[in-house]
Amino acid sequence: MATKVLDITKEHCPMTFVKTKIELSKLQPGDILEVLLAEGEPLDNVPRNAKEQGYNVLSVEHVEGTTHKVTIKK
Amino acid sequence: MAENKKLSIIAFSGDFDKLTAVFTLGTGAAAVGYEVNIFFTFWGLDAIKQKQGRSFTGGNWLTKLFGFMMGGLKVTPTSRFNFLGAGPKIFRYLMRKNNVATLEELVEAAKALGINLYACEMAMHVLGLKKEDFIPEVKDVLGVASFLNLSEGGQTLFI
Repeated sequence: MATKVLDITKEHCPMTFVKTKIELSKLQPGDILEVLLAEGEPLDNVPRNAKEQGYNVLSVEHVEGTTHKVTIKK
Repeated sequence: MAENKKLSIIAFSGDFDKLTAVFTLGTGAAAVGYEVNIFFTFWGLDAIKQKQGRSFTGGNWLTKLFGFMMGGLKVTPTSRFNFLGAGPKIFRYLMRKNNVATLEELVEAAKALGINLYACEMAMHVLGLKKEDFIPEVKDVLGVASFLNLSEGGQTLFI
C-alpha cells in the first residue's frame, strides 16, 4: 500500500481537481493520496468530488495558513 | 449525484481563448466524473491537428494555403487583442505567471482523462484534411447524426 502526496496549493480551476483525478487514476486500490490544497473552491470541491466518485475521504486537516490536507483512499 | 452525467461540446472556434474555454470545461467535467465528448468542426479542427504550427495540410493548392493560414494549436489567434499574433503569447505568459493551465496543458490533461475527441467529417473534407492529419487520440470522424446520438441525454455546448 503506497502513499502519494500531491500539492495543488498553487493550482487553479480546473487543474486542482483534474490533477487529483489523474493521480487517483494512477493509484492501486488501497493506496492513499494526500492532497495539499488551498481554501475556497479546491477545499469545497476536491473532497466532495472524490466521495461522489466512490473514493474514501479519510480526513480533512488544517495544515497552516490557508493550506489544508485531504487524505483520500482509493 | 445524477446518473450518466454527460457533457458534449461542439468546438467550432479555432480561437485560442475559446479553445481554452472548451478544454477547461471538458477537463473539469471529466475530472468530476462526467463522460465528455468534444466534436471539432471547421476552425475548431486546428486544435486537433498533428502539426501544431503552420503547415500545408490539404488536398489542392487552395486547401493547402488555407491549412497554412489556419495552422495548428500553437498558432491559434485570440478572438480579441490578437495584436498580429502577439496576443496569444501575452496570454500564455499571463497564464503561466498566475499558475493557470495553458491551452497545451489542458489538451494534455484531456488526453490523460480519456475525453472522447471527434472530428467533423464535412469540415474535414472541405479543408482537404485526412484522419491521419489529426492527433491519434481522435477517436473517430463523425457527422451530425452520430454526434446527436452521442450527445443524447446530456448537456451540449457550442463554442
